[in-house]
Amino acid sequence: MNNAKAHLKSDNMSMWMRRQFTDYLAKVLGTAATLFGLFWLAWILWTTVSKGLPALKWELFTQMTPPPGADGGLLNAFAGSIIMSGLAVLIGTPIGIAAGTYLSEYARYSKFGATIRFVNDILLSAPSIVIGLFVYELMVRQMGHFSALAGAVALSFIVLPVVVRTTDEMLQLIPSTMREAALALGVPQWKVVRQVLYRASMSGIVTGVLLALARISGETAPLLFTALNNQYWASSLLDPMANVPVVIFQYAMSPYEFWHALAWAGAFVVTMFVLLLGIASRWLLLKGKNHE
Amino acid sequence: MSQSHTLPLSDALPQDPREERDHFHDRLFRYAVTGCATFVLIALLGAAFSMLWGGREAFSTFGVQFLWSADWDAVQKKFGALVPIYGTLVTALIAMIIAVPVSFGIALFLTEIAPAWLRTPVAAAIELLAGIPSIIYGMWGLFVFVPFMAEHVDPWLDEHLGPLAIVGPLFQGAPIGLGMLTAGIVLGIMVIPFISSVTREVFVTVPVHLKESAYAVGNTTWEVVWDIVLPYTRSAVVGGIFLGLGRALGETMAVTFVLGNSHRLTASLLEPGNSIAATIANEFTEADSSVYLSSLIALGFLLFIVTFIVLAVARLMLSQLARRGGTTS
Repeated sequence: MNNAKAHLKSDNMSMWMRRQFTDYLAKVLGTAATLFGLFWLAWILWTTVSKGLPALKWELFTQMTPPPGADGGLLNAFAGSIIMSGLAVLIGTPIGIAAGTYLSEYARYSKFGATIRFVNDILLSAPSIVIGLFVYELMVRQMGHFSALAGAVALSFIVLPVVVRTTDEMLQLIPSTMREAALALGVPQWKVVRQVLYRASMSGIVTGVLLALARISGETAPLLFTALNNQYWASSLLDPMANVPVVIFQYAMSPYEFWHALAWAGAFVVTMFVLLLGIASRWLLLKGKNHE
Repeated sequence: MSQSHTLPLSDALPQDPREERDHFHDRLFRYAVTGCATFVLIALLGAAFSMLWGGREAFSTFGVQFLWSADWDAVQKKFGALVPIYGTLVTALIAMIIAVPVSFGIALFLTEIAPAWLRTPVAAAIELLAGIPSIIYGMWGLFVFVPFMAEHVDPWLDEHLGPLAIVGPLFQGAPIGLGMLTAGIVLGIMVIPFISSVTREVFVTVPVHLKESAYAVGNTTWEVVWDIVLPYTRSAVVGGIFLGLGRALGETMAVTFVLGNSHRLTASLLEPGNSIAATIANEFTEADSSVYLSSLIALGFLLFIVTFIVLAVARLMLSQLARRGGTTS
């Protein structure tokens, strides 16, 4: 009898030990997984900084992309990227804000709204190379040549779903009392949206635009089939235009050391720009939250 | 909720012109925003149809065989999608084998293990991984990670796993660093932030009283996560994994750099291969015949269909938890 009790107790002990051990193991592995993730982040960032910083020089921003084997800068590529990203934001943002407004203000609970939301979410994570092919078929093939305009349109299809999503979410956060108060005063709805809701959610909507800009500034695949590249200044928006990601891609794949250095410098600038945008949008979101 | 009221015409008072104008503007605004929302729908449908249209020559020339033919010959103009499809699936599979357990571990760390002050900065750092442009992953992969694999990992795998019976053929080959294993690892790193952030977000939505009750009867942290948190969030976690899978299948630039661009079908993970996205990115501007170009666009169409299905499943799974009252991304 006594023996059995002791046996039971030791059984309990060993089970307890086993459970403690499993728990301990899970905690160790969870921590290890996090360190594993951070390890790659550190390695990639370190590579970008250690290879990009030495290659950074003033000529990068004053000289054009060089012919094979020669040294030069990335001036036309930076200019092209700024022009096309700017255009993409100009095209994508108004449409995105309007669609987001529709989802939040006119179709919050409707079937059609749910469908659009679903489609938008898919567009949001659709492979960017698919967007590139789409715009190739839509514009490049129709016009017969690659162009900066096609590049901007391709990028705007990446901006669009990001802005739709954030606008929809931000507008939904606004308390309905604010809408009711304005409507009760007899303000027409479009003015309520424009003068009350947009103002209240301004920081959130701007955050969405910044996030979209961060996403497109390193985007390469869609530009490969639309804007292509140009060793010189593009004379108009209907010509192929140089841009940083495609130049990085071509130079990194080339056999020249000069070009590798230029690619790393470009990679460094793009990465820093994207990370800064990420920090800025976070800060803006935080500021908007504290404001309430 | 915001339908504007129109009075029946018969008892309409002589209308104030201003009211009429407002009413007109309201309608105009409504049409405009509805149009923009519909545009999102049209964009997706347009993408699908334009690629089907662009790929029609390939589909009509090669028929269904396009799907499983391993030919890829620009000179004889014979194209088949087998090698790119195989490469896409294998690299995505390797990526998921790495990313799923790691992401789960990260979510576990960020919700249960880490002290509160550490959670926000570590979560932000992991999300930085998602912000790095894919071309940077590609350059890092080509110039840093490929030589590392060629020197340290590939020879070891070839020597120790190569002679084994069943898995052996997977690990035989010249240690050049380029190949499906390298691409799969890089993809895995890239999708970790996507899966882990969804998993972390849904773990947080588990009602506190459920977890507290489990702790109160003496469960360990691991038991609470495995038996309470995970079953509660299962559908959303699967949704997050599918979201990551969608990313891995369609990722282009990173894979293009490290895959090696070879159209030879091989079992070895250490030899160069190809994926749908990498094939398109590498060869699009070189396509010199219309059937070549059409085959590349047809590949794009296949990729679109596959990612559409994967992402649709992801969204449906994610919305299941949201409907139960939690909020997910």
